[in-house]
Amino acid sequence: MEAFRTLDAVAVPLPRPNIDTDQIIPARFLSRPREVDHTQFLFHDARRLPDGTQNPDFNLNKDAWRNARIVVAGRNFACGSSRESAVWALFDAGFRVAIAPSFGDIFRNNGMKNGLLPVMLPAEVVEAIIAQVEADPGARIQVDLPAQTVTAPDGSVHGFEVDPFAKHCLLEGLDEIGLTQSYEEEIAAFERRFGRENMR
Amino acid sequence: MSETMFEKIWQKHRVLDREDGQTLLYVDTHLLHDGGATAFDLLRGRGLKPRAPQRIFATPDHYVSTSSRKVEEIEDERHREMVEKLDRNTREYGIKQFGLGTPDQGIVHVMGPEQGLSQPGILLVCGDSHTSTHGAVGALAFGIGSTEVAHVLATQTLWQRKPKTMRINIDGALGDQVTGKDVILAIIAKIGAAGGTGHVLEYTGSAIRGLSMEGRLTLCNMSIEGGGRAGMVAPDDTTYQYLAGKPYAPQGAAWDAALDRWRALPSDADARFDAEVSLDGTALQPMVTWGNSPEDALPIDGRIPDPAGAVDAERREQMARMLAYMGLTAGTPLAEVAVDRVFIGSCTNSRIEDMRAAAAVARGRKVAASVRAWVVPGSERVKKQAEAEGLHEIFRAAGFDWREPGCSMCLGTNGDIAQPGERVASTSNRNFMGRQGPGARTHLLSPAMAAAAAITGHFTDVRRLLAGEA
Repeated sequence: MEAFRTLDAVAVPLPRPNIDTDQIIPARFLSRPREVDHTQFLFHDARRLPDGTQNPDFNLNKDAWRNARIVVAGRNFACGSSRESAVWALFDAGFRVAIAPSFGDIFRNNGMKNGLLPVMLPAEVVEAIIAQVEADPGARIQVDLPAQTVTAPDGSVHGFEVDPFAKHCLLEGLDEIGLTQSYEEEIAAFERRFGRENMR
Repeated sequence: MSETMFEKIWQKHRVLDREDGQTLLYVDTHLLHDGGATAFDLLRGRGLKPRAPQRIFATPDHYVSTSSRKVEEIEDERHREMVEKLDRNTREYGIKQFGLGTPDQGIVHVMGPEQGLSQPGILLVCGDSHTSTHGAVGALAFGIGSTEVAHVLATQTLWQRKPKTMRINIDGALGDQVTGKDVILAIIAKIGAAGGTGHVLEYTGSAIRGLSMEGRLTLCNMSIEGGGRAGMVAPDDTTYQYLAGKPYAPQGAAWDAALDRWRALPSDADARFDAEVSLDGTALQPMVTWGNSPEDALPIDGRIPDPAGAVDAERREQMARMLAYMGLTAGTPLAEVAVDRVFIGSCTNSRIEDMRAAAAVARGRKVAASVRAWVVPGSERVKKQAEAEGLHEIFRAAGFDWREPGCSMCLGTNGDIAQPGERVASTSNRNFMGRQGPGARTHLLSPAMAAAAAITGHFTDVRRLLAGEA
């Protein structure tokens, strides 16, 4: 996994609640393997008009936000399907941070395991940040994982919570399988105990 | 000691706790479907193989055709490859697969319970958000992403931070034609699509106790649509009667021992939950969704809501956007909204009881000329049972298409999609924009309500149809 420490980048607002993972990547692209660049699938249908042309009103299509690496969204961002390719699509398109008042639980886990940091901030803070980046398209946000802070375009600094274990893995770019294998003795002991009653 | 059922299951599966609050949990049962090829690629890339193949069970569902049982007849090469990869991966590692064309294939969340793989007290995971389904038997079951699937394959464990608990209590007898689907849609309408985020939901109360196993599976299936990672119902005689004799359920002395363990599982009377919600079961009605989140659900006698009445500007804007996408006008009675297609199927509502409920409505009636209606049984076993009861003949005589088992139009990964602008009365779980195909307009409802919509050509209170009033 790609490690994450700090980021100073353009933030694109997606000021809607309940943006689900079906919108982030429609189901017909789920058969593509990880090696395929998923940038092309990101919000595939939302960023197009019914005739297939680019929707000029969709924020990701606007010039000021073409280089955005942070998405700031409404509550319950990336709810729904467990498809990890929702994270891949954001990641391949350059995104490393998603800020929202709340997230779908599975997406949050998937993000932390793929180098995409989900940042939960109070709804009023997210609203204020969205207002700032909408008022000044291309405005930047600073995210500091070791300090657990987000610095909004107006200079205000907001702390956020992050699971210490997930933080450690993300800072070091660790993948959990290797770490879990270091607990082999404990797992094997558990299996001997557990297996007597719970055989398959 | 007073514990919730969730806590009892959590405690039993703890391999170790880290000081930072993470717990390594041991997974009893891991289910796979044909969308999981990435996890095997990750595993191979690290030179690993499954640690406990005897705890893994697989079946193809997302990419199978619903018009043929032959792999070679899957037209799209990518889809065919997904089904073939599951076959290859399970063979290579000695994992039991209920393969395409065999008598036990089905949607993974239909297959698990009907095989008796989903059992009280176990920890079950699958790379699919609707894994919450299996909580209906009193298991802790939740969906995971593909990196986590690879982790479980490699180690048979999963790192988790202990979630919070929410009890959703519903007392009172449910009315005629008020099903598990209507109960969960009413719950989500009340708590919101993020209402259960970070929580494991436990459903309690006399209305829940009165639900059949199929009804409970539907209820728990959509826990994720209310934000809940998992949903559960305490096991009781309904559960034990359902499980007894299932292929993978314990037999003989092992069954008796299991029963003793299972009877100790329900939450203790004085157990505390982090959140409590209650609904009045007697007040619930057959529900239909109108918007693009399962929280946008109304009783069938309702009208399309007016954005002008929204609580705030954000909701007003969201409602206007959804009405535009759905092609609906505020104030229209739901019962006047015409449908183009009907889909009866999915891991939410494709079990034998769902087939019977829909067939009871279809019997002796005809699908409206303007409607294309499909019934997709959830598994080969459901299909066989339905055919033994003659349900397929009822559906066919009424003009429904009786198809082969799979996920089908719930999300259209196999190519079963609706056309842009088509309105679908669907027994599935998500009415998201584009879920059933670009521009498709999905309304969620129960199997009997879907069948009623197929007959009349518009949303209809199935109680009125059966009473001869519609």
